[in-house]
Amino acid sequence: MSARDAILNRLRHRRDGALTAPVSDFAVVTEKQWNETEKLDLFQQKIESVHAEVHRVSKENWLEKLKELLAEKQVKNLLTPMQAQVGVDTRAALKEDDVELLAYDQPIEGWKAELFSNVDASITDVRSAIAETGSLVLWPDLDQPRLMTLVPPIHFAVVDADQLKNTFHEVIVSEGWVSEGMPTNALLISGPSKTADIEQTLAYGVHGPKELVVLVRQ
Amino acid sequence: MSHNQVVQEFHPRVHEAITNPQIRANFRKAMDGLMDKRQLAFPSDDELQRTRELAAAIRLRALSKLPELLEKLEANLTANGVKVHWAETGDEACKIILDICNEKNAKSVIKGKSMVSEEMELNHYLEEHGIEALESDLGEYIVQLAEETPSHIIMPAIHKNTDQISDLMHEKTGTNKSRDVEYLTAEARQQLRERFEKADVGVSGVNFAVAETGTLCLVENEGNGRLTTTVPPVHIAVTGIEKVVENLEDVAPLLSLLTRSATGQHITTYFNMISSPRKEGELDGPEEVHLVLVDSGRSNIYQDDELLDTLRCIRCGACMNHCPVYTRIGGHAYGYTYPGPIGKILMPHLAGLDDAKDLPSASSLCGACGEVCPVKIPIPKLLVRLREESVAGDHNHDNSVVKGRGAKRKGMEPLIWKGWAKMHKHGGLYRTGTGLATVFRGLVPSNLGAWTNCRTAPKLAKTTLHQQMKARSQNNAASQKKDGGDQ
Repeated sequence: MSARDAILNRLRHRRDGALTAPVSDFAVVTEKQWNETEKLDLFQQKIESVHAEVHRVSKENWLEKLKELLAEKQVKNLLTPMQAQVGVDTRAALKEDDVELLAYDQPIEGWKAELFSNVDASITDVRSAIAETGSLVLWPDLDQPRLMTLVPPIHFAVVDADQLKNTFHEVIVSEGWVSEGMPTNALLISGPSKTADIEQTLAYGVHGPKELVVLVRQ
Repeated sequence: MSHNQVVQEFHPRVHEAITNPQIRANFRKAMDGLMDKRQLAFPSDDELQRTRELAAAIRLRALSKLPELLEKLEANLTANGVKVHWAETGDEACKIILDICNEKNAKSVIKGKSMVSEEMELNHYLEEHGIEALESDLGEYIVQLAEETPSHIIMPAIHKNTDQISDLMHEKTGTNKSRDVEYLTAEARQQLRERFEKADVGVSGVNFAVAETGTLCLVENEGNGRLTTTVPPVHIAVTGIEKVVENLEDVAPLLSLLTRSATGQHITTYFNMISSPRKEGELDGPEEVHLVLVDSGRSNIYQDDELLDTLRCIRCGACMNHCPVYTRIGGHAYGYTYPGPIGKILMPHLAGLDDAKDLPSASSLCGACGEVCPVKIPIPKLLVRLREESVAGDHNHDNSVVKGRGAKRKGMEPLIWKGWAKMHKHGGLYRTGTGLATVFRGLVPSNLGAWTNCRTAPKLAKTTLHQQMKARSQNNAASQKKDGGDQ
């Protein structure tokens, strides 16, 4: 008998007989709801508490703020999406600028060393965001691959205020994740990479970005 | 299965830990901090208790359908392009991983944190077969540099302070001696980044495996888990068969309780959900993803209605953070992969009670572990059950699934208790027995095994209670006016 069959067989023929599934009451999760203002405040408070930097910007002037931040953080090059509107707008706005625009336009194998050593920052959009935990929800894809939000030391994320949901549970259910089918990788990001493995002392940027900058467009 | 730490008996190890002021101080400080942080993460007791109810129900629901959910998980993962393997033992799982590595001609493996891989001693196994396995979680990396094992399931290097880590990194990697945690962390980042670039295979654990969608979920702060599962061309996830949950929505409350219970964080930096290898056209991610499902005694625990609760565990470590014993002796003194209360109820199954017989007794049964457990595992009750199992014989737990049942049973003890029972059933025998005991009370030895290691042996009274009561009623009868004084 294969290991698989042996294990399943033992589980099926339980000594103490079949088990009954208890009812799961999700009310404690689904009753968590806030209005739009509260959601935004809560999101900002939560994500700032884990060291992210949040800027509330308008839909019209967000690129000005981005330019300002890039200069302030002395970003020399910026990895941008090619198709997502955030990327298109960023590229158009920074064309004349000092910041070199980079594209993730080939498989990682072709430019691993370059990405790991020479990219200062990246910018991406998000799929949604979560107020309760201050989280960004991303489904990395061809245009905004997985390592784009992980390897560069600074990650700029652009969030629209109306993308805010109450809870992770609401995101899964209201966006129909199960019926839509899960992507290769789905991701929640809440703050920059961190560790407390040395005597409970927090340090940022241990493997991923040292800085997470969130631009909330209202 | 060997346990590399079991080089000496449990009690000497405990004694060593308890008399080490550095260990005492490091753990006390860390556990106090973790208890405070957890408390702050649950401002509403009502919300906490209701979420615990929900989480316990979710885990029990998953267990109640375990064989079906494992098959569903396998079917969905396979449809998504992930290869699923099954292993009865840790050694089998190691072999499966080695075979995948060999097939890919892999020489270096980079690892995200995985307690199951610790449990099966994967690093040793791979190294014995010429493959380098490098831990990338900072705490695990430190522990590996020190050639130790994790002392906590969430914070592997919690037993070391900054100075000790600085000295270790200086000695092993040539960094400067420094108390600057930022500097030490940045150095480790640099050292590990180079390794990530070159690694042939990434090995990770799994926090939740979702049957409904075929999704592997990983909870982490550092990003090493994401790197491990994205950069190398092959990703192998390894997990115990009990980690499966039924629906995707089930992970939301479990995640919320896991991070808050573990370290008091409302959420970790990353929650990484992987459902397939790199799809055509995608620019990163592994070309191959494997899942190794390990049994290693879990299906045995599954047989028993009471012991089943052990399998609800989501590995948050809150039980050890709140355990007065763990806080004083630290994680290594237990001598097993999983320390603290969860280790005490899990290791006897994984290693056998004959091997882990002292663990269920290493508790004051104060109940803190059960109170903080996010999935409401009645740990104290299970400790008592395993104590019973460890001395079981006759018809006690006859049909037991516990490996090594009766390991602590001593030849004389059952005889003594049999005699005791018989004596109490027969009045004459009882009076003769107790009468003789008082007459020969001078012969009671002062050394009565472990009990008298730190206590004085009890002395029997000159007369039995029956004799005293008899004398008293005679006195009362002789002088009815006089109140009977206690003797």
